[in-house]
Amino acid sequence: MSVTATIRIQQADFDVAQEIAALSKGRTDIGAVVSFSGICRGSEQGEPIAALTLEHYPGMAEAEIGRHADEALSRWPLQGLTIIHRFGRIAPGENIVLVVTASSHRLAAFEAAEFLMDYLKTSAPFWKREESQKGTSWVEARDHDDDAAARWT
Amino acid sequence: MKVKYFAWVRERVGVAEETVEPPADVRTVNDLIGWLSSRGEAYAYAFEKPKVIRAAIDHAHVKQDAMLSGAREVAFFPPMTGG
Repeated sequence: MSVTATIRIQQADFDVAQEIAALSKGRTDIGAVVSFSGICRGSEQGEPIAALTLEHYPGMAEAEIGRHADEALSRWPLQGLTIIHRFGRIAPGENIVLVVTASSHRLAAFEAAEFLMDYLKTSAPFWKREESQKGTSWVEARDHDDDAAARWT
Repeated sequence: MKVKYFAWVRERVGVAEETVEPPADVRTVNDLIGWLSSRGEAYAYAFEKPKVIRAAIDHAHVKQDAMLSGAREVAFFPPMTGG
């Protein structure tokens, strides 16, 4: 049975529990579901932030995430995969990103979720801009995110 | 070809996208960066550190030595910070 990933790039918030249920409800072949939620923090390096604004590259965002979803499906025996990434203005405490992986056993689900998050961080075309009392500034990419992605190659 | 800019590259250039017709000797992404940089101060500022700029051709990441032949849409942007 071939598995198709659900990929959504959207401005609206999402409900994590609902997305997990949509993937696993009524299924008896799934033994493990792993979900990762990325949430907007209220401070960055001790400085409070008012919000993040995420810019993205429409078309490429879907294509790039799709390529990594296909790679995850070919590398691990997954029975379900959902990836949601928001864009626009996101306030502290709100969801930014969701990866849900479902498999018969936990190892594939854990590894695939981690692989996907590492790649979303370094190659999905999204850019975060922080709003704080000092004004707005683009978030800088971090070397440790590149290192995290490199361990899957 | 269409050229798109994102994040601070977009802000520095001053437009989100434009259609350009570079001369025939602009063959690679790197050549295009050089040619764009010569178009004015805003471009020169956007591409002042070409090594940090990432590029995509037709929605796929490419290295700067990638050939432009057949490209419909080229994009320039800083390292990504999503997730």
